[in-house]
Amino acid sequence: MNVEFAPGDQVRVRDDYPPGHIRTPVFIRGKTGTVTRVFGEFGNPELLAIGRDGNPKKTLYEVRFKQCDIWPDYDGPGTDTIDVDIYNHWLEKL
Amino acid sequence: MADHTATDTGHDHTPGVFQKDEKVHGYYHVLGLALKELLIEKDVVTAEEVREAIELRDAISPATGAQVVARSWSDPDFHLRLMADANTAVTEFGINMGSTVLVAVENTPEVHNAIVCTLCSCYPRALLGLPPSWYKSRDYRSRVVREPRAVLAEFGTALADGVEVRVHDSTADMRYLVVPMRPEGTENLSEQELAALVTRDCMIGVAVPNAPQT
Repeated sequence: MNVEFAPGDQVRVRDDYPPGHIRTPVFIRGKTGTVTRVFGEFGNPELLAIGRDGNPKKTLYEVRFKQCDIWPDYDGPGTDTIDVDIYNHWLEKL
Repeated sequence: MADHTATDTGHDHTPGVFQKDEKVHGYYHVLGLALKELLIEKDVVTAEEVREAIELRDAISPATGAQVVARSWSDPDFHLRLMADANTAVTEFGINMGSTVLVAVENTPEVHNAIVCTLCSCYPRALLGLPPSWYKSRDYRSRVVREPRAVLAEFGTALADGVEVRVHDSTADMRYLVVPMRPEGTENLSEQELAALVTRDCMIGVAVPNAPQT
């Protein structure tokens, strides 16, 4: 079941470290950001990587993080950001 | 001879003047070669088709992406189409994004965009060709998300504190193209002249284009 988010929603990335081909970078796991775009549904890369057809598909979101929320010692303005594309099963609603 | 190496030719050479053999192929290189040979042996593809596919890839250069940016600068309608649906917009240049989705991100006086793939080396190859080796390096991939301003400064790109630096990590099915700001003083340039100002690094977002020196 795909949890749906909308632009503006605050989300937290799952703080989870399962084995396999995971497209959620470790540096944002457990971090909080804001959904900025909904890209639509795409094959699940964790299943595609092991030769499956990628179904059920996952909704892909662009999530914007503040650099200073990711790196406590970030050396730059508080307005600097990083956008990461994340599939819905890696996001939790706040 | 005391030192029998892969370079031992069985006869005397002046020491140190000839090149050593290249190191033995790695596991994945051998795997790739074996797969290619099998596909050819089983008539799935021909060697010629493999070569043609490589030539096709090699034929794409950043000049392709530069044309798209220049059109976006000179044609406001195209700019809107590119920002709304880049996959469809670039078909006007005969570019096919395949199964990936192209997202154009626009630099403004408030926001400067830069692109990375921290997990591997995702890159808009259909527009820019093969990525430079630094783009694939562990150094760039880990540092540009950690200290983007320091990395940009090493490329000669200094940004004011008032400009938001926005790094895009292409972790999934999206490929990003940075549309830089059109330099001042280029009002009278043709689309072709504008394209010449748009370098690969500008479209990755580690550099900004300059007006031609007069």
